[in-house]
Amino acid sequence: MLYVLQQLGNVTLQRLTKLGRGTFFLLHVLTGISDILRRPGLLVRQLFSVGVLTFLIITLSGLFVGMVLGLQGYYTLSDFGAEESLGVMVATSLVRELGPVVSALLFAGRAGSALTAEIGLMKATEQLSGMEMMAVDPVKRIIAPRFFAGLISMPLLAALFSMIGVLGGQMVGVGLLGVDDGAFWSQMQAKLDFSDDILNGIIKSIVFGFVASWIALFEGYDAVPTSEGVSRATTRTVVNSAFATLGLDFILTALMFGDH
Amino acid sequence: MQHSKTLDTLVGLFVASGIVAFLFLSMQVSNLSTFVEPEGYLVSARFDNVGGLKVKSPVTVAGVRIGRISAISFDAQQFQAVVKMRIEKKYNCLPDDSSASIFTAGLLGEQYVSLEPGGSEDCLKNGSEIDITQSALVLEEIIGQFLFKKAGESH
Repeated sequence: MLYVLQQLGNVTLQRLTKLGRGTFFLLHVLTGISDILRRPGLLVRQLFSVGVLTFLIITLSGLFVGMVLGLQGYYTLSDFGAEESLGVMVATSLVRELGPVVSALLFAGRAGSALTAEIGLMKATEQLSGMEMMAVDPVKRIIAPRFFAGLISMPLLAALFSMIGVLGGQMVGVGLLGVDDGAFWSQMQAKLDFSDDILNGIIKSIVFGFVASWIALFEGYDAVPTSEGVSRATTRTVVNSAFATLGLDFILTALMFGDH
Repeated sequence: MQHSKTLDTLVGLFVASGIVAFLFLSMQVSNLSTFVEPEGYLVSARFDNVGGLKVKSPVTVAGVRIGRISAISFDAQQFQAVVKMRIEKKYNCLPDDSSASIFTAGLLGEQYVSLEPGGSEDCLKNGSEIDITQSALVLEEIIGQFLFKKAGESH
């Protein structure tokens, strides 16, 4: 009995210290913004590996998600003779939920895991300690550019996802199933609000980008410096980012759209 | 990875496409393009019941949108709803004895104000009030009246 209590206390303390380390790490990363402003080249390089390389998977997934939404929405809406609302349905679900959430999940899988593995390996091969020996702060030099690259890329990727998704839905709905093109767009424009829908979606994606980059980089930085430790850290990144994204999405949705 | 022009170009393309996507979402998908109202004049009308009318609902004549609702308020003295609508400037000579009704687009669609032009020579101006109005039909009231009538017939 005492043993169980001891274990519980131990686990709690470990989690709390990890959270504390993570918070200090985050503060440290945020102070790195001054270094990035001085050397924007570092940020551009990371924008390439975090953003540009994730571009393809985001656009392809967005296209297919939009097309599936168009197809499924049409089947259900045509039962009520409301095919014209297809545009509203596709755009609302993409802009409010699927755009930010699915692109955050893909981002965690594509870019987050790569970041963790990269940082973890740098730690395992003692490159980070090497930098410290040369009086270069690895958090500011290595990690901060990656963090801000993730923070900048995420809203762009989510906006791309939503746009391609809407176009995919239009392709299936208007092109294949014969929904009226004018009604598709005009109903969408009448129902979707700029600040309610578009801006809230962007805010969501910024929050997700912040959390996903933070988790990925911290897991890499905090990894046990062995090959097994790095592989575990990578797994934890994907799992934790997915949980954090979905959990935060619920909270954000409740806060943003709760009073309707 | 070396810092190169290609890298800069690719990153620039990525950021530009993200911004294009954002602009597309704001202009084509949402109502931002209709947000900037063309200049117009304000006309008000009093209704006993506005039903589900909302700010930014359309104002139409003969089915064509000529403006939008800009405000809905309640007059505590006369217990009526005061609806202010902004009508586009190019429609500057609607007869001042026009009547306003609240209709529903389709069975479950949104509600809008329809103006029926009268025969007067004078025009509606900024700040004028439409006197003849017809309130929104509330489904429950109609069903209630129908049931009441049925009950009366059966006796």
